Amino acid sequence: MNRNVLSRRGVAGIALAAAAAIALAGCGTDTPSNTPTSGAASGLATLSGEIKASGASFPSAFYQEVIAEAKTLAPNLKITYNSVGSGTGKKEFASGLNDFAGTDSLVKDTEVDKTKLPFFYIPTVAAPITVSYNLKGVDKLQLSADTIAKIFQRDIKTWNDPAIAADNPGVTLPATAITVAHRSDASGTTSNFTKYLVAASPAWKLGSGDTVPWPADTIGGPQNTGVATAIKQTDGTIGYVDLSDAKSSGLAFAAIKNKNGKYVLPSLEGTTAALAGAEVKEDLTYNPLNAAGDASYPIAAPTFILVKQKYDDPAKAKLVKEFIKYLLTDGSALAKEVDFAPLPDSLKAKALAQLDKIS
Amino acid sequence: MTQSRTLTQKDRGRINDRAFWLLCVTAGVAVLGILAAILVSTIQQSWPALSNAGANGFFTSTGWDPNVGKYGILAFMFGTVVVSLIAVLFAVPVSIGIALFLTELAHRRVKAVVVTLIDLLASVPSVVFGLWGLYVFSSWTKPLYEWLHDTLGGIPVIGALFGSVTGLNFMTAGLILAVMIIPIITSITREVFDTVPAADKQAAWALGATKWEMIRGAVLPHSFGGIVGAVMLGLGRAMGETVAVALVIGAAIQVTPNLFAPGYTIPAAIVNLFGESSGEFTAALIGMGVVLFVLTIAINLLAQVVVRRAEIRMKGAVA
Repeated sequence: MNRNVLSRRGVAGIALAAAAAIALAGCGTDTPSNTPTSGAASGLATLSGEIKASGASFPSAFYQEVIAEAKTLAPNLKITYNSVGSGTGKKEFASGLNDFAGTDSLVKDTEVDKTKLPFFYIPTVAAPITVSYNLKGVDKLQLSADTIAKIFQRDIKTWNDPAIAADNPGVTLPATAITVAHRSDASGTTSNFTKYLVAASPAWKLGSGDTVPWPADTIGGPQNTGVATAIKQTDGTIGYVDLSDAKSSGLAFAAIKNKNGKYVLPSLEGTTAALAGAEVKEDLTYNPLNAAGDASYPIAAPTFILVKQKYDDPAKAKLVKEFIKYLLTDGSALAKEVDFAPLPDSLKAKALAQLDKIS
Repeated sequence: MTQSRTLTQKDRGRINDRAFWLLCVTAGVAVLGILAAILVSTIQQSWPALSNAGANGFFTSTGWDPNVGKYGILAFMFGTVVVSLIAVLFAVPVSIGIALFLTELAHRRVKAVVVTLIDLLASVPSVVFGLWGLYVFSSWTKPLYEWLHDTLGGIPVIGALFGSVTGLNFMTAGLILAVMIIPIITSITREVFDTVPAADKQAAWALGATKWEMIRGAVLPHSFGGIVGAVMLGLGRAMGETVAVALVIGAAIQVTPNLFAPGYTIPAAIVNLFGESSGEFTAALIGMGVVLFVLTIAINLLAQVVVRRAEIRMKGAVA
């Protein structure tokens, strides 16, 4: 993720120019979701003040992009987002240290006391998690959930195993030993990847969470780039990496069999399709994992912003509302540049309605 | 008149003396106070995990699964000790070698250059070592590990140390740490070697000692206490090193004799997991910190005992 943020600076200029062009195009016919944007942008421009936010590192590249863009529109508005991790973000939110928090995981009662501090979830973006691999002579790989589960819990130890062959008819698989790479740090990516396996495969036995008890003969790499490095270094390695890091590291990734039985490669379109197929709960939390639909890519990580239902300072409430509105509308045009999938229109409308309830 | 003036001067001197005494005592007590405050607050915050340490097997179990409330830190303690031992094992001979070279053998100009270079090595941030280890060093060493595994892996007992190879492992982490602590151990041992009295050395020469005999007979015995101190300082640094180890250790929770298998250390686990932890999980991580703290203090005390014993023995020999 860190590398993303760094490289982001390089492309920021181009991104700003592109985004400005889109904003100027205003109510053009390019995408229907652009319609309510011009209002949000002008609302932002007149604001001044300071917003402090912290939380999940996973959407940080996107948030920083939006913050940089907002700064050009509203020079008097100072926004900071520290990517300290979802857990720390929630702790800071509970003790009033930030104005909103980014989180990949839902809030437990022990983390934030809902009765003392009522809050809303605002979904923002989602990103596909790839199952990336390095296997000499194999540039096209298909995997079903059961096979992925067996590989990652070390039931399958060589690439020419019958289970992998069954997913890949007509492909000659070598007898190379499989090395499994996972995240060494506690991470929402691990959480979503393992939740997918829990949902999609009865064979999966390791449970789900930010960290799971991986078998001892697997290796952990730091962050997405660490896993990507581990995959690149050794022939026969497989691991899970978010799409933007898998792409920038030049990794090959597998097509995953979705709920409808179709093999789908990870893409932003496939992720938005999965979001559209996911069931959204009353509080706007949703689960895009193993979603139905022919085009749905089944492993996607959603991410949320936590906002207070009521801010002590009405000016602060307005700032937070306007900024997040901007992030959901104009800002979503920036999402694709940093490999995040924007919300489908139906969910975006719900998120904006939720935002209006803040006072 | 003169009498009273000298008295005032004396008085002033006494006041200054007292002020200085007070300043020193305050500084000394502050150190203890800070240590105590750290210990108290960390124990307090880790109490939810430490209080059922017996029932959960906090110290005795390798079962670690925060999702179901299992917090056994044995594998982390094991990893911390193994990695630090590897580091010290490789760093100590190299450091003493460098220090002897600098004090006894090197030309004055060469000495200046080497000292600067080693001091530079000490000022490289640990994250740089970690990233270098992850991206460069681990790819270099893998073929070497595989060769060691192929040649030594079959020997009974010792062969267990050279099991099957994974890219990130105890050995890589230990070697990176060795490079990191070499400057510390070198610069302290060098200072210690410099304090060896010239008379001792000349006495050795006069008896017809060779260079090596002089070093063994005069330099090393005189410096033993200082060398142990330097090693302990290096060991403390190795045990507490966080980021560099977190990057190259491989994050597998296991107790294994295989040095080429991935493992975990206490500081690496804390830095990797703290951000996303909550409740008892956080308490368990802080508890690990307490364990590390106690472990470090224990090693320092042990070092003091070793040094004192050695000095007594040596003085006996001299007399």
